[in-house]
Amino acid sequence: MTNLVEIEDLKVHFPIRRGLFVDRVVGHVYAVDGVDLSIRRGETYGLVGESGCGKSTLGRGLLRLTEPTGGRMVFDGTDLATLKGEDLRRMRRRMQMVFQDPLSSLDPRQSVESILVEGIRVHGLDKGVDLGKTLRDLLTSVGLPHGSLRKYPHEFSGGQRQRIGIARALAVRPDLIVADEPVSALDVSVQAQVINLLEDLQGEFGLTYLVIAHDLAVVRHIADRVGVMYLGGIVEEAPAHELYTDPLHPYTRALLSAVPVPDPVVEDRRERILLTGDLPSPAAPPAGCRFHTRCPWKQATRCDTERPRLRAVESGHKVACHYAEQIRSGELRPHSVEPELVPELVLDP
Amino acid sequence: MALLDVTDLSVVFRRRGEEPFTAVDKVSFSVEPGQTVGLVGESGCGKSVTSLAIMGLLPKRGNQVTGSVRYEGTELLSLSPDQMRARRGKDLGMVFQDPLSSLNPVIPIGIQVTEVLEKHRGMPRRKAMIEAEDLLNRVGIPDPRRRLTEYPHQLSGGMRQRALIAIALACRPRVLIADEPTTALDVTIQAQILALLKELVTDTGTALIMITHDLGVVAGLCDQVNVLYGGRVVERAGRHELFELPRHPYTHGLLASIPRLDLEGDRLVPIPGSVADNIPWDGGCAFAPRCANQIADCTARTPELTGDQQRLLLCHNPMEVAVR
Repeated sequence: MTNLVEIEDLKVHFPIRRGLFVDRVVGHVYAVDGVDLSIRRGETYGLVGESGCGKSTLGRGLLRLTEPTGGRMVFDGTDLATLKGEDLRRMRRRMQMVFQDPLSSLDPRQSVESILVEGIRVHGLDKGVDLGKTLRDLLTSVGLPHGSLRKYPHEFSGGQRQRIGIARALAVRPDLIVADEPVSALDVSVQAQVINLLEDLQGEFGLTYLVIAHDLAVVRHIADRVGVMYLGGIVEEAPAHELYTDPLHPYTRALLSAVPVPDPVVEDRRERILLTGDLPSPAAPPAGCRFHTRCPWKQATRCDTERPRLRAVESGHKVACHYAEQIRSGELRPHSVEPELVPELVLDP
Repeated sequence: MALLDVTDLSVVFRRRGEEPFTAVDKVSFSVEPGQTVGLVGESGCGKSVTSLAIMGLLPKRGNQVTGSVRYEGTELLSLSPDQMRARRGKDLGMVFQDPLSSLNPVIPIGIQVTEVLEKHRGMPRRKAMIEAEDLLNRVGIPDPRRRLTEYPHQLSGGMRQRALIAIALACRPRVLIADEPTTALDVTIQAQILALLKELVTDTGTALIMITHDLGVVAGLCDQVNVLYGGRVVERAGRHELFELPRHPYTHGLLASIPRLDLEGDRLVPIPGSVADNIPWDGGCAFAPRCANQIADCTARTPELTGDQQRLLLCHNPMEVAVR
């Protein structure tokens, strides 16, 4: 399988500006800080992490909705960073996005027909085709009734709105769909409908997905490979099944153990790794391993001085931890961690 | 007699020019000290309105609350606003979903904690401050003395929720209602807060009413679970019984539709349709249009809540098989 997307050392830093008359940069928020990632054609790559870890910024950076600060992004052989103007606009047809909140990402004053037709027209896909049939086919694909075309977003339920958002992305026949929290705004009983729809469409249109979500159960279900992000970097990457059965990074372990499972028998005998404290500020990330301030396996050496690189422990299973092997074998035991106060944003360094 | 007894609680919204809307429909349950009772359901099922009605926080205007809420035998619904105010925060505490909008943004955390202590326990400010520091410490806020002087925006989401729990605990309420207390939080922080609530129930014997949409949270925390749909309790059972064999098609459908973290994923089985805005229970079951187990009776007559101590069901044709 070839790679559709290749990302190397991607950085997205946001400047923190201060000053009333003189606009000066007093620091940066390191939202994405050195991410390597590749997505194979036809697979679903799941990106998980807690709020503020940079997963959404990574997705937006890939589509250049947010301009990356550094790094290389190659999409189907083309370096995205070199594209400008018309070329970038054409390339965007092939990379579409589905947003979290279907209501705020759909124009309330546009009918469904107008929402769907816009992209088709802009990219000149309406020439020589029966537009009416194209639209009807689109609606059928996402499971909306044909009568929806004349309606407006507010006339639909949450799940149906998300279907409109998906149809809008599909309308321009993309290769890659970046879905940022596609089901988190939906009720549980409706989530499954949208998850199944995404799976069906992938088979039908040969799509590649980058699914960004905070819900680990959803990601396990939908993704082939999963990357776990913490404070701007990927700390572990593995095939979905392997990540969940054999997590190596301490953060992944803690994260997985924290997710409640709807089964009292499992819940009662589970061992929880409770993390203390909060996520450090991405404007002042800790030196060394970014997780060392909360890590129950933190060692006296290396952890707070040297930032671990994402390295392959097994084929396909990468982890950014100096002591992954010793933790896995049980040679290192977890210890208690004093919660550290998260320092205020350092604005005047 | 239970510590808190809710019997046939109904809430009807009456807005001018609109049809009356029954948000909560004859809901009954009770909590004992040291017990955790869960109210689960999706948005619009009436779980939050139930909690607001118990706390007497629904505006009088436009809302009709009927039924009975008895706290140690005292009928709360017939208390005057002043009498209710004296109990709220003292006998009954409440933790809301969104800590940022339930804390006052222009008042330091310390004042918001001591306010309760001064009002309900008559403590002088200085003594209350010491007690507040102790409270923040107990809910796991590091460096509590400094935090007391800070404003809500200076705290992270998890810390804000802890502060809110500290306020709710300030008067050692015997009943604590937690309305989606972890929904706005990340999973690792959620785990911390749930551990804190669990500890609270075991250590102090507080009765906890847990309102959530997350079946995973319920599975780990609640002794007894009430599943709500369209303002009614459709199933009630102990957590082990409920998850082992959900009898109501809605409970069953919910469990079949959520992906499991600990299991290899088969295709999910969604519940068709979505929660309607106004769900009628007249002349049939409100869940019938979405139900996979429907029979002729379901659209002909309204089901009655039947069963025993072990399990209550509101269904004509319950499920007989486990989910997986």
